Amino acid sequence: MQIAIASGKGGTGKTTLAVNMARLLSRHESVQYVDCDVEEPNGHLFLHPAITQTTSVTIPVPEVNAERCILCGACSRLCQYHAIAALPALTMVFPELCHGCGGCLRVCPEKAITEVGRPIGVVERGMAGIVAFVHGRLNIGEAMSPPLIRAVQTYADPHATVILDAPPGTSCPVIAAIRPCDVVVLVTEPTAFGLHDLTLAVEMVRALNRPMGVVINRADIGDDRVELFCEQEGIPIWGRIPHDRRIAEAYARGEMAVDVLPDTIPCFTAIMAAIRSEAPV
Amino acid sequence: MKEIVIISGKGGTGKTSVTAAFATLAKNLVLVDCDVDAADLHLVLTPTILETHEFFGGKTARILQEHCTRCGLCFEVCRFHAISYACRHTDDRPGMVWTIAPVACEGCGVCANFCPRQAIAFEDAMNGYWYRSDTRVGPMVHARLGVAEENSGKLVTLIRREARAIAEAQESELILVDGPPGIGCPVIASLSGADHVVIVTEPTVSGIHDLERVVTLAAHFRVPASVIINKADINRDNAVKIVHYALAHGVCVLGEIPYDPVVTQAQLVCQSIIEFSKSPASESLHTIWARLHQQVMKESGV
Repeated sequence: MQIAIASGKGGTGKTTLAVNMARLLSRHESVQYVDCDVEEPNGHLFLHPAITQTTSVTIPVPEVNAERCILCGACSRLCQYHAIAALPALTMVFPELCHGCGGCLRVCPEKAITEVGRPIGVVERGMAGIVAFVHGRLNIGEAMSPPLIRAVQTYADPHATVILDAPPGTSCPVIAAIRPCDVVVLVTEPTAFGLHDLTLAVEMVRALNRPMGVVINRADIGDDRVELFCEQEGIPIWGRIPHDRRIAEAYARGEMAVDVLPDTIPCFTAIMAAIRSEAPV
Repeated sequence: MKEIVIISGKGGTGKTSVTAAFATLAKNLVLVDCDVDAADLHLVLTPTILETHEFFGGKTARILQEHCTRCGLCFEVCRFHAISYACRHTDDRPGMVWTIAPVACEGCGVCANFCPRQAIAFEDAMNGYWYRSDTRVGPMVHARLGVAEENSGKLVTLIRREARAIAEAQESELILVDGPPGIGCPVIASLSGADHVVIVTEPTVSGIHDLERVVTLAAHFRVPASVIINKADINRDNAVKIVHYALAHGVCVLGEIPYDPVVTQAQLVCQSIIEFSKSPASESLHTIWARLHQQVMKESGV
């Protein structure tokens, strides 16, 4: 079972929920924590994994053999990303614009195009205690995170309970992360921004047709509009984490609530039980 | 005219609250919300929309079932796992029924190009909307990327260009940009070519980690950066670490904002922290704004 922890708005507590759940679940079952927020991965700051395997992730980009190229421009006409241009004297490649679709290679009548790997980031794996750990780190200055996210996803263990930390937002990176998941937990907060971004996130999960529920973090800082929204939309609320300065301070230090604040354990246990009982998987 | 972009790396550090506060302190500005997949600035500034435009960022492929011979070549050539099949037939033709999942389609057009029967339509895709609006503090350009859509970078570039045109026409002194979280495509599109980037961070291990990545990104694109430490009192040691890190990397520290429940209260009634009340957070934002102004002037050699 793959459980995605996502949210429209950033900073609502995705990583807090994901790492605490991974730690608690690992007491009873085989758990893997998969951090798909490759632009800003944070789970390792709490789980402190010993990284034992690092794999470079590349996307295939074209390389033009100038001797074979007849400058016909077929590649350039096919490319939707303006990543290859047939100029009067040579065909030029702009690797950072290439999405790696392979169209140019296929369309070239002279077989003048081959592909080389362009590194966009790394996947790092290891163990954090008894929690299996995987995350991706996007190279800084690199625009395209979805191929790296898909690469991270391939390491998800089908035999373990997978807690997948998704990137924020509602567009391509988060879609790439949660598309293979069985159930989506949306973390929000009871504020105007939290509610607005939750409505977008709900729309996104519906577009993907996945079962979902909501966890309200800092549940007592705002108003009840998030609760009303969930009720109207028929989305179950799987838990509420109270606002607690001690949790925020532990987070600031890189500590997990379930390790240093034992009185918070029942709250996280209840959330997991709710996910298990209500998610149809 | 100066273009200042507010970003954070990590989400939820207070970018939008800071942007809204600056917007109510600045004079003669144009606002842009570049967090196109989860835009929130409009919730505080309640814009009146003057113009709505459709945004066509790319194309998307669709199989025309009546022409499809079910050869499956599209499935073979698609590298984005966007094409899948169903075995259930509604007719008695042999073969698999192929369909394209719009959320996974990258818009490369390879399937349409190689389909032997031209049975795949490859059409402009409407990826969202962008708006020209008016707010109580000045004109605002914002957008809404359709949920599960692509091309956020193109949309960001488009609304920044529109904002610049308005700013030039009105001889505005400032374009203030609320940026997206992360370091990827829409962030790069938000900050490349800007005059200054303000990074809002928090004194947590995640805040510091993400700050370091975003400082490196700003340096990569040669945009001068400064930093604001929000909720500074949640961990003093980490706040000090951020100051040292900033100094060592040529990043100006504009100041600290204390943790203040007023920030949430202001948001619930659609006001900026400055408009809502006099509070520790609003006092520090006044000082920070004055320092930012000085810093940007200094960078331009005034």
